[in-house]
Amino acid sequence: MNTAALTFSTVSKTFTRGRQVSALAEVSFSIQPGRVTGLIGPDGAGKTTLLRLAAGLLLPDEGEIQVLDMDALAEPLKVQSSISYMPQRFGLYEDLSVQENLDLYADLQGLPVAKRPARYAELMQMTGLSPFAERLAGKLSGGMKQKLGLACTLVHSPRLLLLDEPTVGVDPVSRRELWQIVYRQVQEAGMTVLLSTAYLDEAERCDEVLLLHQGKLLDQGKPAQFSRSVAGRTFQVSSNALSHRRLQETLSQAPGVLDALIEGETVRLVMETACAPAAEQLLPGQDIHITAVEPCFEDAFIARLKVRQTDAPPVEFSPSASLDKAEDDVVIRVDKLQRRFGDFIAVNNVSFSVRRGEIFGLLGANGAGKSTTFRMLCGLLPVSSGELAVAGYDLRRAAATARGRIGYMAQKFSLYSNLSVRQNLRFFSSAYGLRGKQQKARLEWALNTFELASFQDVNAGDLPLGYKQRLSFAAALMHEPEILFLDEPTSGVDPLARREFWARTNALAESGVTVLVTTHFMEEANYCDRLVIMADGEVLAAGTPLEMKMQARTVEHPDPTMEDAFIQLIEQRQQTSETAA
Amino acid sequence: MNRLAQMRLWGLIRKESLQILRDPSSIAIAFIMPVVLLFLFGYGVSLDAKHIPVGIVIEQPDRETQSLAGAFERSEFFSPQYFSVIQTAQKALDEHQIDGIVWLRSNFSAQLLSNSASPIGVIVNGVDSNQANITQRYITGTWQAWLSHYAESRGQSLQMPVSVEQRVWFNTALSSRLFLVPGLIAIVMTLIGSLLTAMVVAREWERGTMEAMMVTPLRRSEILAGKLIPYFVLGMGGMLFSVALAVWQFKVPLHGSFWLLMLSSALFMLVALAIGLLISIVAKNQFVAGLLAIIVTFLPAFILSGFLFDIHSMPSWIQFITYLVPARYFVAILQTLFLAGDVWSVVLPNIGALLMMALFYFLLVWRKFHKRLE
Repeated sequence: MNTAALTFSTVSKTFTRGRQVSALAEVSFSIQPGRVTGLIGPDGAGKTTLLRLAAGLLLPDEGEIQVLDMDALAEPLKVQSSISYMPQRFGLYEDLSVQENLDLYADLQGLPVAKRPARYAELMQMTGLSPFAERLAGKLSGGMKQKLGLACTLVHSPRLLLLDEPTVGVDPVSRRELWQIVYRQVQEAGMTVLLSTAYLDEAERCDEVLLLHQGKLLDQGKPAQFSRSVAGRTFQVSSNALSHRRLQETLSQAPGVLDALIEGETVRLVMETACAPAAEQLLPGQDIHITAVEPCFEDAFIARLKVRQTDAPPVEFSPSASLDKAEDDVVIRVDKLQRRFGDFIAVNNVSFSVRRGEIFGLLGANGAGKSTTFRMLCGLLPVSSGELAVAGYDLRRAAATARGRIGYMAQKFSLYSNLSVRQNLRFFSSAYGLRGKQQKARLEWALNTFELASFQDVNAGDLPLGYKQRLSFAAALMHEPEILFLDEPTSGVDPLARREFWARTNALAESGVTVLVTTHFMEEANYCDRLVIMADGEVLAAGTPLEMKMQARTVEHPDPTMEDAFIQLIEQRQQTSETAA
Repeated sequence: MNRLAQMRLWGLIRKESLQILRDPSSIAIAFIMPVVLLFLFGYGVSLDAKHIPVGIVIEQPDRETQSLAGAFERSEFFSPQYFSVIQTAQKALDEHQIDGIVWLRSNFSAQLLSNSASPIGVIVNGVDSNQANITQRYITGTWQAWLSHYAESRGQSLQMPVSVEQRVWFNTALSSRLFLVPGLIAIVMTLIGSLLTAMVVAREWERGTMEAMMVTPLRRSEILAGKLIPYFVLGMGGMLFSVALAVWQFKVPLHGSFWLLMLSSALFMLVALAIGLLISIVAKNQFVAGLLAIIVTFLPAFILSGFLFDIHSMPSWIQFITYLVPARYFVAILQTLFLAGDVWSVVLPNIGALLMMALFYFLLVWRKFHKRLE
């Protein structure tokens, strides 16, 4: 008799996609019933494969899988009637209403008709979907879709719930609600939950964590246990003289520092060994203030995976070609911008301006209107009303030369997968008119700066995700643009690659390039000089990260995070719209 | 089947029906497409030659030439134009104003009575060989009919080597509409059964709904039946609609039994659905599924089924390929049932072939479809 809810014994899985790719290698673990277990790891670590194996959607090449004391290989149907699984892109029927989706899953899961009204009422109340029962699922917001998906999987109270990245791209408010629903199931119905996530801060909400990296299970344990491994190695550094970006940049090169991360107005350090760093040693001649802080899961994660590259070339960027300080300081101006698709208003009354050399952020959940604003700025989409100017031009009407002054990195990987790294770079540089010696020099610069030299003959499609992102970034910089548009550059990228990305962006801004960036990672807002927070196509707030957080400061919350500020803004908005209605 | 299984299957069917009702493209393929196709082929496309423009060159008008010209004038096959010299007629032929020339030389009447060499010359534009053949045959026919009539009126009997008496059966008016419209029903059903089904299943893969389906207690048979039943009903609906249009709008007679038509249609529908499901197992996105369905089912049904082009005049290796096209058997059944009646010697072997195909493809679907992702 086995008491575990799910047991993997030396499970391996290999896929053949042109070449053999090992998705999971000899993974063994068991998870206890009645708990929430988090499956943590960067993209491509094998999280989805593991969940699909547990759900009986894939067969392992080797090893055994026991689900609720049943053999997942021998009795898939029996297993599937006592578990629920929510795939990453949850399978909602968008042309069915909320109620019809629930009915379908109740039928499929064999929930007796007599028990339905009570269960429906409970789920509707829990998810806050009752006012929308007749609405088509396709017309729900991203967060509501995710909640409906969860409700569908919970319709028959499964004993084991498998969730594949349930909170990806969901706004912080919905994220918090999703977690509440999950925990309620665990506490009230004794459900066992295994969920994967790419957000490291969510690991701390789990009872237990499985850390997966490159198909291997690195560790299993309580989140606090992970954090303890870096106890005494984490510090917070603040300085009055240096900007937090500058501070982070210098500290990350300082001796003994494993990782330096911008956190609010300060910099968080993870040291290589457990000893308090001396200010003199870190930054000679600077007035900095160092305090020890409690370690968190992300610190431990980074400490485990980051190998410090001492011989890494310093990040260097040539200053922008035509940096003319005499020009008007504002390079991007957006005034009462609106974009309608039919009767749907994707962007409404958005105004902001960006100064030269600034990192300006557009922050918001998926569907907030960030990408639509971006496309209008780049001239890819006509505006419905309002005005905009980028470097003095409306790019929709301006000549091609005006476009040569901007660089654009799209949200999706938009390079040619079947061209090599070098060929891609050469193509994009010639598309911007680079020739001969100049082109050759930029090519070498890109290969060296982005550490792509060893991959230069690899097809772009075969690159690991982090390298794909580097290549896209490099391609957008080949022609030394003055203004850089980055659309969700860190989406789906693991924490290590994200750190690298921000280091490069910082260096660019320091050299005078104006950077406009969208992100749905709230903590990344701290890298911006100024930002706007968007929701439902409108700007909720604008200002510096510090100003935003100050708005949310209360007696109980003396030091709110950007996420707290965001949630507060959203709630305020809901209250005002309720009182208005 | 126990109660839970019934509940699951009913849930699937209800979901699929709601989706069909809410998706304008399914309704368009089932009901608007047949109307468009039937009207296009019923009215627009005609394989018959009528009102062929011919030039009649009359070098020396007299009673005989007038009488012959009158014969062409009266025929519904021709719209004659008149020329006095061959050169202008040839120019008109070059410019595609006319498709053929009937040349009556100045000695036409004299030669006509002397029974010597042929007194008329015929030139046809051979660019479209099919049209040229038809034109030439009709000119010859009209000429011979006039000639014998002329001889009779003069109390002579004409010496002809063989005289052919023609009788056309089944489609007595030789109207291609009567022949095309029944065949179209096979095309419509192929569209619903294979193209629509392959695409809606592929859509479920694309949107991730299939993955969620797979992890429910649904059995393989239930997933398949949940797709088959709604689209079977939709396909038969499209079929009945097309039959109604054929009979009442296009006045195509239905000589055979209606129930035999239903039975063979149901069988063909199953084959089309099985192929559609098979395609969706291979192609998991809508674009590829749609293209595959068009290449594997729609185009062969159009070109190789005998619906539009006669199978017997194809090269023998292509004739061999037509045996693999299910629509071939169904088109044969349709044309027989509509135009000839319950000719068992034609209908039975074709129904047998469809039955074999249905069994073969369902077996293949059953073997290839798994509740797994690979």
